[in-house]
Amino acid sequence: MIQVNNLSKTYNGTTVLKIDNLEIKKGESFGLVGNNGAGKTTFFSLLLDLIHPSTGNIVNNNVQVNTSENWKPFTASFLDESFLIGYLTPEEYFYFIGDLRGQNKADVDALLATHEEFFNGEILNNKKYLRDLSKGNQKKVGIIATLIGNPEVIILDEPFANLDPTTQFRLKKIIKDLADNPDVTVLVSSHDLMHTVEVSNRIVALNKGEIVKDIQTSQETLQELELFFAV
Amino acid sequence: MIQKFLYLEWKAFFRSASFATNLALKILMGFVAVYFILIFLALGVGAFYILKKSNLDPIVTVNKFMIYYVIVDLIIRLLLQKIPVMNIRPLLILPIKKSTIVHFSLGKTALSFFNLVHGFFLIPFSVVLILEGYDVLSVLLWFTAIFSLMYINNFINILLSNKDNLFAIFLAMAAILGGFQYYELFNVTDYTAPFFDAVFNTYWAFAIPVLALIALYYVTFQYFKSNLYLDAGLSNKHDVAKTEDLTWLNQFGTIGTFLKNDIKLIKRNKRSKTTVGLSVMFLFYGFLFFTNGIEAYNNPVMHIFAGIFVSGGFLITFGQFVPSWDSAYYQLMMTQNIPYKGYLSSKWWLMVIATVVTTTIASFYLYFGWQVYLTIVVGAIYNIGVNSHLVLLGGAYTKTPIDLSSGKGAFGDKKAFNVKTMLISLPQLGLPVLLYWAGSSLANANVGLALVAGVGVIGFAFKDKAFSMIEKIYKSEKYATIAAYKQKS
Repeated sequence: MIQVNNLSKTYNGTTVLKIDNLEIKKGESFGLVGNNGAGKTTFFSLLLDLIHPSTGNIVNNNVQVNTSENWKPFTASFLDESFLIGYLTPEEYFYFIGDLRGQNKADVDALLATHEEFFNGEILNNKKYLRDLSKGNQKKVGIIATLIGNPEVIILDEPFANLDPTTQFRLKKIIKDLADNPDVTVLVSSHDLMHTVEVSNRIVALNKGEIVKDIQTSQETLQELELFFAV
Repeated sequence: MIQKFLYLEWKAFFRSASFATNLALKILMGFVAVYFILIFLALGVGAFYILKKSNLDPIVTVNKFMIYYVIVDLIIRLLLQKIPVMNIRPLLILPIKKSTIVHFSLGKTALSFFNLVHGFFLIPFSVVLILEGYDVLSVLLWFTAIFSLMYINNFINILLSNKDNLFAIFLAMAAILGGFQYYELFNVTDYTAPFFDAVFNTYWAFAIPVLALIALYYVTFQYFKSNLYLDAGLSNKHDVAKTEDLTWLNQFGTIGTFLKNDIKLIKRNKRSKTTVGLSVMFLFYGFLFFTNGIEAYNNPVMHIFAGIFVSGGFLITFGQFVPSWDSAYYQLMMTQNIPYKGYLSSKWWLMVIATVVTTTIASFYLYFGWQVYLTIVVGAIYNIGVNSHLVLLGGAYTKTPIDLSSGKGAFGDKKAFNVKTMLISLPQLGLPVLLYWAGSSLANANVGLALVAGVGVIGFAFKDKAFSMIEKIYKSEKYATIAAYKQKS
């Protein structure tokens, strides 16, 4: 589904990301772990063509992302709050995304209804603009918005950060359900090794911009990762 | 302690985003600043002699209109001067007395540009008065009193901050008073001038504003100190949100989707509301040209200039910041399946609708005759046909993130200045004036108007061409724009 070729990103002579070859298969649930500055967000930004690669390229479902825009219809993402439109209410935001993804109001409402539990009554009909929601609630909106329109590739940067324990639990279930769907490829990055191990069937660890581990999740994965990051 | 605060302020000033522009721009800004300082100085020095030459007593005339000076100052402050409450937050938990924090914050506003700028007029004016043989003490007391009034405005603004639409009320008040005075129905200066005269002619009246200032400082201080909590004075105001479907826009397809968003953008953000207020002011700008108020303005070539401004206030103030209006969530826009054409069309339609509405409202200019209104309509045609494309084109090169929650910067952002944008904006005003001048000097005024309108219609025909050109710029500037918008000012 996603093929990375000789990708690198350099700022003022410092290489922040260098991935020679990486293939993410269709239906895979892909976890990206690493410390601050390891290159997780840089990788996702390159995948979404938000920054320009210094060398190489990424091909998403046979579309090279920095030359064509045809990856946009089947790719959904939430990196940070700058993906939210602050002056809209959550409902308006969902409908706006729905409009862009060819979903009418009823489709969006149906999807929202299935995630009522995840919202925990704090999102819909709350008379608040997105800019006035707490960080955690903003994140809930951003995550659910990526599910609108049945995308084939879903990219979530640090989805567990800022969420309360109950919501983290519910989010894990949502991601696992997505992972079970063979047509959906999920990419999740996190600082939290345990969460990532639970929701991903393949984990890649980045360190200073390079891949240092690439493992299929098993019983021992968490131990292996903890050993690597413990200094 | 104050030393430490000053150190922080020094850092904040020199590290602010607007200071980190390139050297050439800094030099240019320096020249502009010097230019304005010289203008103010010249006004301060010259006011005395100009008034004298027109056989008016300078100090009496200045005192007469001082009330307007004070009101206008307050309006400008309410609109633009902001109280930096956010900077106070990190200080609360440090071992600093609350009264020190408040004194410093209030003291800091005293050094604001909005106060100091008056010095450029009042100081030279006072010096000239003394040189011309007026009583030194009287002049000094008068100067003290007037400056106290400016500082009273400063603190009134602090007390009234966070209250929306107040400036509009004051603006309406000033307009009504001014109108009444112009048509000699009611003259407010008859009641206020004696006070200002008294300040100059007696040795005690100056104490009134000075004492009022001291009292007001005390009140402001107490108010601030008792509200120095995160959930009181330092809280961010939250609006009650209402979901609006605007389903009637669905029939316009993709354009409707974006139009819905743009309407909400304008309705719900301070910065965009200020822009709309500004374009309403442009609507009345024409009075300067058509009322004989300023002689140099009252010639046909300047009229077409006014016609462009009156009908195109919104177009110019809003359009020059497309796509910066969406800067806060530009990354989202770039990852969604967005047709640039629909995006641009929505902004274009918004500008066209606003221009048509403004032109309709501007029909009150019919009072000055058909020719004047025709000029405005021709201006509107040129705006829709040519300027709408030019502002969008210029905006494509403007990479200034917009802080929607702040009204500041609506009058033009110094960072938004770049050579390309300036070159593009030249024909916005220059070309119609040139065409009209050519037409009216070769034949007559109506031929001039027809020429301008004709170019507008031709421009309209090139809409698709212009859009695909802008689209190309958007694509080629994509990464630079994303990077620029990420840097929060």
